[in-house]
Amino acid sequence: MAEFKKADSMLEWFDQRLGVVKFAKVMMTEYWIPKNINFLWAMGVLLTVMFAILLISGIFLLMYYKPDINMAFDSVNYTIMQEVGYGWLFRHIHAVGASVIFLIIYIHMFTGIYYGSYKRGREMIWISGMILFMLFSAEGFSGYMLPWGQMSYWAAYVITEIFGGIPLIGGDLVVWIRGNFYVADSTLTRFFMLHVLLIPLAIIGAIVLHFYALRFPHVNNEEGEFFDFDAEAEKYQEGKHKESKVIPFWPVFLSKDIFVLGVFLVFFFYLVFFHYGFAMDPVNFDKADNLKTPAHIYPEWYFLWSYEVLRGWFFEIAGVSGKSLGLMAFGFANAIFLVLPWLDRSPMVKPANQRPYFKYWFWLLIADLMVLTLFGKLPPTGANAWVGFGASSAFLILFIALPFITAAEAKKVKGQ
Amino acid sequence: MMDESRRGFVGKAFGAVAAVGGIASLIAMKKTWDPLPSVMSAGFTTVDVSGLEANKLEIVVWRGKPIFVLKYSDDMKPTDGRSVKIGDSYFSVMIGLCTHLGCIPGYEGDTKLFKCACHGGEYSADGKNTFGPPPRPLDVPPFKLDGVTLVLGEEGPEYKAMMAKA
Amino acid sequence: MKEFKILAVLVVLVGVLYYGIEPYAHSVMHPEVAPANFNFDDLKNVDTSIKGNGANGKVLVEANCIACHAIEKVGHLQLMPNADAAAAYGVTPPDLSHAGRIYDKNFLANFIFDPVSALHLEHKYPVGGAKTFPMPAYNWMSQQDIMDIVVYLQSIAPKVLDDKVGHAITFKAACGRCHSMKYGTLEATTPADALKTYMGVTPPDLSQHIKSRGEHYLHSFINNPQVLIKGTAMPRVGLTEKAQEEVIAYMEEIGDSKKEERETVGLWVMGYMVVFALLAYLWKRQIWKKVH
Repeated sequence: MAEFKKADSMLEWFDQRLGVVKFAKVMMTEYWIPKNINFLWAMGVLLTVMFAILLISGIFLLMYYKPDINMAFDSVNYTIMQEVGYGWLFRHIHAVGASVIFLIIYIHMFTGIYYGSYKRGREMIWISGMILFMLFSAEGFSGYMLPWGQMSYWAAYVITEIFGGIPLIGGDLVVWIRGNFYVADSTLTRFFMLHVLLIPLAIIGAIVLHFYALRFPHVNNEEGEFFDFDAEAEKYQEGKHKESKVIPFWPVFLSKDIFVLGVFLVFFFYLVFFHYGFAMDPVNFDKADNLKTPAHIYPEWYFLWSYEVLRGWFFEIAGVSGKSLGLMAFGFANAIFLVLPWLDRSPMVKPANQRPYFKYWFWLLIADLMVLTLFGKLPPTGANAWVGFGASSAFLILFIALPFITAAEAKKVKGQ
Repeated sequence: MMDESRRGFVGKAFGAVAAVGGIASLIAMKKTWDPLPSVMSAGFTTVDVSGLEANKLEIVVWRGKPIFVLKYSDDMKPTDGRSVKIGDSYFSVMIGLCTHLGCIPGYEGDTKLFKCACHGGEYSADGKNTFGPPPRPLDVPPFKLDGVTLVLGEEGPEYKAMMAKA
Repeated sequence: MKEFKILAVLVVLVGVLYYGIEPYAHSVMHPEVAPANFNFDDLKNVDTSIKGNGANGKVLVEANCIACHAIEKVGHLQLMPNADAAAAYGVTPPDLSHAGRIYDKNFLANFIFDPVSALHLEHKYPVGGAKTFPMPAYNWMSQQDIMDIVVYLQSIAPKVLDDKVGHAITFKAACGRCHSMKYGTLEATTPADALKTYMGVTPPDLSQHIKSRGEHYLHSFINNPQVLIKGTAMPRVGLTEKAQEEVIAYMEEIGDSKKEERETVGLWVMGYMVVFALLAYLWKRQIWKKVH
């Protein structure tokens, strides 16, 4: 080992041992972000902060929560909500945060789609992001079971039942997942383990991968412009701050993000304290009862679109039951976003509105997802069932058509 | 110098052993998630049907599931392969979970229909799906007859005969 | 400017989604019902404009009511333990101390005349049916006598304070024979197994009903359960508007005990975040001035 000279300052002492100066440069002051961005580029930082808020509030809930079907409901609704000092606050933050984080995830995700930030070198950013989306979905679903209310129970029942539609192994698989013939104590404890340990660990790993994946292709910008980051960074370091197309992550990029975060948190805390019903469903304040279904069963709002894709198929087609068709559509819907970079066959990296064909596709997709989400909550009777079928089919058609639309676009753009 | 092929062999052998260990661990983990023996063998439910009222739904619990036992009134016709004759009367014996997504339908005595509140599915008194999203009739739990007592969870000759016809 | 346009698009999309998923979907799933009626106008058997005579009422009550009902306020103690009373009548008969205060006058008079129609329980106790309601109809009594009883009961009813203790007394008198309130350590006076037999179902514990049902629903439901759940075993209990408000207040004090703290802390936290956002904006401007 090389001899260390005596450090003159605390910073130097740490720098000798951990290389903190270099680390801070790589991570903060010389991590370059394009300047040409808008507030949608702040969603990543918002999500990181939201995840931290969920993690911290979750730790406090963990101290009093009891993962046992006889104790879970009262441990949440009496002990935590009414006895523990500020227990209600952590529960409200956790419940509302879990719901709102999906709003930000969707904004983040569709920002990526709109600006074409998933292709030409950015595929791994997109894939790691979609893995995070799936992990967060699993985290949300497993967490929703823990208060052991009626909606916890029946949403868990209905969603685990979906796996029963898989050919051959379906029935056994459902029993295996639940650890019982129905959603029971074994189900609660294993979902508790998933929610507080396994999935959060995986999420942290995936976040690291997601951040790392940004390093090589760099962050996209508002015009989809490709430029030489090293040259622009050099300009910035020479002091030509105004000419350079890049800004350092700290303090310039983060100063904007922190402002956006501040505005967002005003809205978030309004929901936490005064308007939390959308995330803490009234039905869930009735204790789970396996012999009494609530009049209406619906998943949390962020699952509604894929739930409606599943429900849209309610009749038999060519000998295949509605349930099987729904399951296939559901599987398709949940996997298809992962391969988006290869479905888009146009090399154009531009905001959707500057792309001749893709813009129609993008806004049609948004409209369809809105319809799916809205009708996913309504009772699927009468005309609603057919709207669901139409919107579910439209979703499939949009994704099947995407390679052809973008290939045509590539041709048109080339011809110009 | 290390012999290249030997290193190859040791490497492969090491890889194979690691793979065996990995697979064995996975099997052990899968087993850990299996339902416990006490759950699998969790009792049999017996129902004495002699005291039931006609056209009034009796619900008993078997393995955490509601089981519908419905005694037919005189104007209700038995269905081959779905109705069970116990003593002098016919009964429907079914798992009371909608075959669509597992809600518990309610029974309307006036219309003699089971109606599911969740997604609007309907079944006739013998459990056949007559309307809405349910893909198949209500399931019949394995049962055995012991005089006027119904034993749920065991496959008796009447159950096997029913399954053969259905 | 462009950023405001983007924000506007976001707000519209999120607003439409929110409206559809929350207020709209819930209005479809839970249609509005007829507003609560605290005059119980549908009950017309007794003319409540007749002026009652409390002294005669006292005589009538002592002759007709105290064989089954306790009235602890005036010294008629409960005749047997709750379990025995439940076994004898199906459900523990109410103590009448608070009856004159918590029940609406019109409801109370008509209840004495014919309990089943006042309670809206004709579906459970049809005329000539197998089951009969534990309390007989006093439809043979003169309207004057019935009003005398009502006036007497009103005269003896003690006032309660408008606080948690007072609300608890009203809750116990109005709901406590069938419903427990676990989080308030109140147990239904009728034993659970007797209740199941009497009602057909076990009446729910009400600890969290302020959250699961909400004030709006409870307001209509307590006033007339049948309009929300047709065929429910829950009777119409005939509370005055004030008594019903006290019951709901108690449910909130037990089921949502941190409401006040939540709303106070909420304002502070939001205020703090506004300051945070303003400072963040100034800081951002300062930094970005150098790069634009």
